[in-house]
Amino acid sequence: MEWLQQLFNGISLGSIYALIALGYTMVYGIIKLINFAHGEVFMIGSFTGFYAIAFWGLGFFPALILSMAVCAVFGVLIERVAYKRLRDSTRIAALITAIGVSLLIQYVVIYIRGAQPEAYPNVLPNRSFDVFGVQISSQSLLILVVSVVLMIVLQFIVHRTKIGKAMRAVSYDPDAAKLMGINVNNTISATFAIGSALAGAAGVIFGVYYTKIDPLMGVIPGLKAFIAAVLGGIGIIPGAVIGGFVLGIVETVVSALGFSLWRDAAAFIILILILIFRPSGIFGKNSKEKV
Amino acid sequence: MLKKVSTFWLAIVLAFVFYGVVQLLILNGFLNPFYTNTLIFICINIILAVSLHLVIGITGQFSIGHAGFLALGAYISAIMTMKLDMPFSFALFAGGIVAALAGLVVGIPSLRLRGDYLAIATLGFAEIIRIIFLNIDYVGGAAGMQVTHATTWTTSFLCLILTIVVIVNFTNSRHGRACISIRENEIAADAMGINTTYYKVAAFVIGSFFAGIAGGLYAHNFYIIQPANFGFLKSFDILILVVLGGLGSLSGAVISAILLTVVSTFLQELPETRMIIYSLVLVLVMLYRPQGLMGTREITDYFGNWKWKRVKGGNQYGG
Amino acid sequence: MEARPILHVSQVGINFGGLKAVDGFNLKLYPGGLIGLIGPNGAGKTTVFNLLTGVYTPTEGDIVFNGERINGLAPYKVTRKGISRTFQNVRLFNEQSVLDNVKVAYHSLASHSIFSSIFRLRSHFIGEKEMEAKALAFLRIFQLDKVKDEKAKNLPYGGQRRLEIARALAAGPKLLLLDEPAAGMNPQETKDLMELISFIREQFNLTILLIEHDMKLVMGICERISVLDHGLLIAEGTPNEVQNHPKVIEAYLGEEVVSSHA
Ligand SMILES: Nc1ncnc2c1ncn2[C@@H]1O[C@H](COP(=O)(O)OP(=O)(O)OP(=O)(O)O)[C@@H](O)[C@H]1O
Ligand SMILES: [Mg+2]
Repeated sequence: MEWLQQLFNGISLGSIYALIALGYTMVYGIIKLINFAHGEVFMIGSFTGFYAIAFWGLGFFPALILSMAVCAVFGVLIERVAYKRLRDSTRIAALITAIGVSLLIQYVVIYIRGAQPEAYPNVLPNRSFDVFGVQISSQSLLILVVSVVLMIVLQFIVHRTKIGKAMRAVSYDPDAAKLMGINVNNTISATFAIGSALAGAAGVIFGVYYTKIDPLMGVIPGLKAFIAAVLGGIGIIPGAVIGGFVLGIVETVVSALGFSLWRDAAAFIILILILIFRPSGIFGKNSKEKV
Repeated sequence: MLKKVSTFWLAIVLAFVFYGVVQLLILNGFLNPFYTNTLIFICINIILAVSLHLVIGITGQFSIGHAGFLALGAYISAIMTMKLDMPFSFALFAGGIVAALAGLVVGIPSLRLRGDYLAIATLGFAEIIRIIFLNIDYVGGAAGMQVTHATTWTTSFLCLILTIVVIVNFTNSRHGRACISIRENEIAADAMGINTTYYKVAAFVIGSFFAGIAGGLYAHNFYIIQPANFGFLKSFDILILVVLGGLGSLSGAVISAILLTVVSTFLQELPETRMIIYSLVLVLVMLYRPQGLMGTREITDYFGNWKWKRVKGGNQYGG
Repeated sequence: MEARPILHVSQVGINFGGLKAVDGFNLKLYPGGLIGLIGPNGAGKTTVFNLLTGVYTPTEGDIVFNGERINGLAPYKVTRKGISRTFQNVRLFNEQSVLDNVKVAYHSLASHSIFSSIFRLRSHFIGEKEMEAKALAFLRIFQLDKVKDEKAKNLPYGGQRRLEIARALAAGPKLLLLDEPAAGMNPQETKDLMELISFIREQFNLTILLIEHDMKLVMGICERISVLDHGLLIAEGTPNEVQNHPKVIEAYLGEEVVSSHA
């Protein structure tokens, strides 16, 4: 039963990773950029939710929607201001810029409000159910449901809507997509908007679940989510979700075995192993560079 | 050829004259400990910048985990002096060697990776190294380790000169050209008979060795080292030196190391402002001047140009 | 055609995720030959080069060079065995000088160690001096000595193509693979290039395998020609035989072959 409990905790953590990982994977799929600042979008989302709940008295869902909206705009802004000019430059230049943007956001937030953490208000009723000996709080159940719903909505957007088709076309071949009359710029912006909104949602969920947030909170979950995306095969949407859950479970298991200080190392070891032995991830296809 | 050799010795002599003057000023008390410390810091940062320049700027392998090697050098050298009572010079060397071995370990598997994947892997390696120190009680875990003050202007300067001489000499040889060709076009380099694996690992090993030396100097310049000193932000601090200087320019790395060390000394009391400035500089450089201050040129190129023009204008056989 | 072949390719093939880019490819090259490899766009010509040079490992078949099986060997090892190449889309070391581009190709012919270079031992100076002299001699042959200090990327297109050939030759090959060396050149440049190819072939005792789209050019200088289409070898023979081969005419229907034949 203890194990079932850990499994459930792992899935809860994994759903947060998965939500963030989706943004990484979508952006990477479309412009081949590791958007380092994605973890900061997640942080901004969490703070937006915090202010909305604590100061404006919004409920969980309005706060969630608001923070998704704010993050969508913020993500597009980052793309337009920083990344757009870099589309034809080297990948290294783009990566360096992304690292710079990430740090810039962190320290501007610290500059404005200080580095002290904030305690997330309790917005959700908290009752515990006992299912087969596993303690499941209503809170974590709700969070899990919200995450899964968002993932399903995303799946619908990507496969059933016009913008989703455009996104897939651009990530497959931007030049061809352009020739087909797809507005590549808008499609890229839409990708950032959707990915960032998901990160915003993850931010609020994280706050409610772990109750403590701070301006540097995006760094580690951001990296972990990136690892999840690589694990599932970067650019592949279901891969990011599975990768997120796998990573969440692995981390919880490592902690449960008494190695909680090594939890972060576990994620990086997974990353390095996967990069070395199967760089295209669990679901990716190996491809050879054309010469 | 002869000319090149003599320029080399001229530079060495000038460097030692500079060293002597500073040493005199320190001995006479003209330079207070604050300035001396800044000079030591400049030396350490130049060593870090130049060693990373070999990996990123020359060989084109995008490593963002340089702080991991710095940490290894710092801890190993501190263990040598504090726990095993070894002399400082030996400790420095040992730190360099262990970091170089780690460079080998990181370099070999990383070879299958390119560009941003390699970057993430190096970041992961650096984090793993940090987490390992965090979990070893022998070196104090998160609380860190006390280290005596042993780094002087003389040791830092000697290490700096050694670093620059080794890396310049490496770069200006068939080995350096091989590394640059990998940066320029790995597939073509391979097709020209360059063992790209070997040279990528060599660049990692040499770069890590000097990062390790810098770690020893760094550890013995503070009174305490902690795993938190060697996180991603430290790697970023080193990365910005190389990027700002111009990927591929050693003198650019040196200049930006001097510049940014001075800037951050002034901003010591305002760490947030410093980070904002650093990250803004990095973004702006990438957006508006991706070649950095110097591009792939060296200071000596300007010097060479100037000489060339003069010779052309005047007596061709005179100089 | 009495000697043993310098290169013997038998039944070589490779897949890219279901696509058979090259299938059952056969080729025999004899020392000193100049052989053409032609075929419509996407036929698999460049892929053949990539297979020969170790960039891709064949999923089937054998490549024997100088009596030695070389499939699966790393590209740099293949080069050291004596096969070197140029690329369809020029791949120079752009930021390096013209001279350094050639010196890189000389790399494996020198032997001074990293240690000797770092500490500037005698062997370093001897080795570097020799490399410099050889590289300069090479540039002279290709009339690139005047621009030796220019960055490779600053050369005009024709110069870049020539530098790429010079560089490939500097690696000391017995077999030279040229991937569309005349692409993008004007007729005069093409003519000069052809003379250069004939010249280096004599001078360096080379065997040459040439991919070229310009039919006149291939028909003019190659002794034998192999024709690929959709990854399959559809014809092989003298220029005349190939030109009249029905499958070739079909593959190139409406293209140059038909018209230039008339
Ligand atoms: N690394 C790769 N991954 C997937 N497909 C590839 C790869 N390399 C080549 N191909 C495919 O193999 C086929 C043959 O390509 P190749 O470049 O050999 O043609 P080619 O005859 O050189 O054509 P061209 O005249 O246009 O240069 C093409 O369909 C190409 O898309
Ligand atoms: Mg081709």
